[in-house]
Amino acid sequence: MKARFAITALVALLIFCAGYAALFIAPDEATMHAIQRIFYFHVASWNAMFCAFFVAFCASVAYLVTGKRKWDALGVSGVEVGVMCCTIGLITGPLWARPVWGIWWTWDAKLTSTFILWLLFIAYLLLRGLVEDPEKKASLSAVFAIFASLDIPLVYLANRLWRTQHPQPVIAGGEGSGLDPTMSKVLLLCLFAVLCVMILVLVDRYRLELLRNEAAELRYEIESRGLDASNGQETPALQKGAQ
Amino acid sequence: MTTAKAAAIILAKELRLEFRTRELLTATVIFALVVVVLFSFAFDPTAAESRRYGPGLLWIAFLFAGSLMLNPSFAREQNNETLDALRMAPISGFAILLGKILANFIFMSLAELVLLPVFAVLYNLSLTGIVSRLILVLVLGTLGLTVTGTVFSAISAHARMRELLLPLLLLPLLTPLLIAAVESTTSLFAEQPALDRTWLAFLAGFDIVFLTASWLLCDHLLEE
Repeated sequence: MKARFAITALVALLIFCAGYAALFIAPDEATMHAIQRIFYFHVASWNAMFCAFFVAFCASVAYLVTGKRKWDALGVSGVEVGVMCCTIGLITGPLWARPVWGIWWTWDAKLTSTFILWLLFIAYLLLRGLVEDPEKKASLSAVFAIFASLDIPLVYLANRLWRTQHPQPVIAGGEGSGLDPTMSKVLLLCLFAVLCVMILVLVDRYRLELLRNEAAELRYEIESRGLDASNGQETPALQKGAQ
Repeated sequence: MTTAKAAAIILAKELRLEFRTRELLTATVIFALVVVVLFSFAFDPTAAESRRYGPGLLWIAFLFAGSLMLNPSFAREQNNETLDALRMAPISGFAILLGKILANFIFMSLAELVLLPVFAVLYNLSLTGIVSRLILVLVLGTLGLTVTGTVFSAISAHARMRELLLPLLLLPLLTPLLIAAVESTTSLFAEQPALDRTWLAFLAGFDIVFLTASWLLCDHLLEE
């Protein structure tokens, strides 16, 4: 418990430092000025989202291979946290685009792909809500998560072939690209800080899912014993439990 | 029994079941027709406009119709728990899935064959000279739709509100297929009809990726 508190405090301090660095230490951008500072958290949230969805994909594969419930818990945690990061990215994007591009939204390859990604994983969460049987829920949502993950590169490729408006890669995009050294240091700090927040939330969500599973199992056990007891006979299992 | 033979038996069973009533096919064709007619109110279907929007409209009608038509594929096995009987048969899970995919592919293709001439007449588009190339695009597109749709029908069959859930799962996943199919159909309906090889390869790639994934995951999909 103490260790968890210490880690949470450490991550809070880290994200505070990242926020301070993004607002006050990073140099002013030549054409976009203050609004460009949203970049440090916009890019960082996409980075965290990809990590979270990657965790979800690996956990889904692991669940189907091993059949252990903990992988299913990790899978749903990854998707939920990934959807959260995706939502942050989809909100900070238009906030940045409006003053810089002059529009809130454009149907460009990256925007469209992430929007579809968001819809796909919202559908995953809906699917989990609509399947009753826990075993079925776990295996079917794992199959869906794998299909959705396979679809991501295809969605991106299709949109890329079709139309794109996003800037060419700035950081490693060949000649003439590159960030100011201070900017890239701040970016790295922000990437790391947001990733740590994501992992912290993910681990907490995973613990919650395990506790929920345990609670559901206990409730099921109590209910099935209650049915036996109502027949007028106490089952050995109940007596054992009462001792 | 080999997978191919078992799949053929499942396919025959699905076809026999459907052609006894033909209700699924009729409903699908009528539904797609309703969509096509409704679209004519959304924009003026003159010849130039139809060249631009027609293919998109046609594929959206197919996708909507498909996402409704594929739903009973596994859902109707639930009524008498006949899926358990199929699962108990000494055949691989993939044979069951493949038989159903092929059956759905046939139903969807039949619906498209009926719709295509009607669509061409209503939207004043000429099909002469492009039929064989158009069929190639339709086959690749419909295969992708039925592979993913049949798999998701097996998923949504276990859920509440399955009729609503299936389009929600299926349609976002099919966006790359929609883009590729619309683009290759548009280039066929252009003044100078041409077969766009990039998009055709993309469609084939989509089919291969998801057919392989269904083959790998089918046992988890059908397990009890």
